[in-house]
Amino acid sequence: MTAAPKSRIAEILNHYEGDLLKDWMKQQLTGKAVPTDLMKESELRDQCAEFLRLLREASRGSVTDMVGSEWTELKNLLSDITGSRARQGFTPAETATFVFSFKQPLFDRLRQAYGKDADGLSMDLWNATTLLDNLGLLTTEYHQKGREDVIVRQQRDLMELSTPVVNIWDGVLALPLIGTLDSERTQVVMQNLLQRIVDTGSAIAIIDITGVPIVDTLVAQHLLKTVAAARLMGADCIISGIRPQIAQTIVHLGVDLKDVVTKATLSDALSIAFQRTGYTVRKGGRSESVSSNGTEDGVQTKVASRAGGTQHL
Amino acid sequence: MERIPILKMGGFLLITIQVDMHDRLAMTLQNDVTDMIVKTRARGVMIDISMLDMVDSFIGRMLGSIASMSRILDAETVVVGMQPAVAITLVELGLSLTGVRTALNVDKGMELLRSSIERKEANGAFVRD
Repeated sequence: MTAAPKSRIAEILNHYEGDLLKDWMKQQLTGKAVPTDLMKESELRDQCAEFLRLLREASRGSVTDMVGSEWTELKNLLSDITGSRARQGFTPAETATFVFSFKQPLFDRLRQAYGKDADGLSMDLWNATTLLDNLGLLTTEYHQKGREDVIVRQQRDLMELSTPVVNIWDGVLALPLIGTLDSERTQVVMQNLLQRIVDTGSAIAIIDITGVPIVDTLVAQHLLKTVAAARLMGADCIISGIRPQIAQTIVHLGVDLKDVVTKATLSDALSIAFQRTGYTVRKGGRSESVSSNGTEDGVQTKVASRAGGTQHL
Repeated sequence: MERIPILKMGGFLLITIQVDMHDRLAMTLQNDVTDMIVKTRARGVMIDISMLDMVDSFIGRMLGSIASMSRILDAETVVVGMQPAVAITLVELGLSLTGVRTALNVDKGMELLRSSIERKEANGAFVRD
């Protein structure tokens, strides 16, 4: 475009900003571009006006490439609009249409400006269409990026949520595992557990696998590794919550769990942990009277668990 | 030459590894520990590796062999304060240090050494005055 005449897009944007806005609004409201139930007309008008203003500023430079710093603000605006629309429930197509619908008003003005000058008109139409296409594509890109950010955040949340290490008693940690264990998750689980062992100085960790649906050789190996690592640091691991099927699977697979203390339920594991740390649990509440109403068994248990404390020997 | 100090604490030897271990240093330590056990007639050896944040298979094996050697010389070995990253590395290397006793910190390690020596003496081993 060495000897090409200067593009008149900037000039048109300058002169007819108000008219363009009016036409564009009409275009969007009559067309199906904006689901009016999702956003108010005034909000749309604000967005359009801001878009036009920034476009006018930006197009003072070159309108064909959008690399200059004068385009940054417009890109930011598009990013914001896309973000807010994505939250409001717009589809990417609808968001892109916001930009594309500006074509017609702009083209109309260009045609008026050029009149019979076919060469100039076609050149500027091409410029305008490239510009708006690029801007439209940007909105799709931002939309996509927003979605990806959400997915990444959720993945991280899931990872964190699924591996809580609970300080169940003084010196006893519990790690209730829920869901399938893959290598990556096991890594996180192992690191979390070991870090908590260091932080709390706990000598016993109970790994409860009630929530693990399938135990295969890989999962078993991961568990054994965790147990071995904890042992190296000076903490003992107890594996609890082994369901009957899982016990069968483990034996059929030939996994050797001889060096690991295993218990069927978490409460068994906890009582072993109490024994080793020197605590005893006993039923108390003999002095408390059992209320007359209600089934006796249930009430008795409740009283016991409330009053019956754990004492240090 | 660089050396890792070995402190005598009552009947125990305390070794705190605070520098990056390289192979020569490890070999020297191994020699020094066995010498010291014989010289001081120590009944327990405590190796504190809480400052160590990197190990390789050689160092891992060295820890294991120090423990075996001490046992032959009738001294219990306990490794204390292993960092999570180190533990994971050792497990991944396939070194689970069977035969080495471990504890979370120096306090717990002391306790472990004392109780295991008491048990040994109760079982009729030679009792020193």
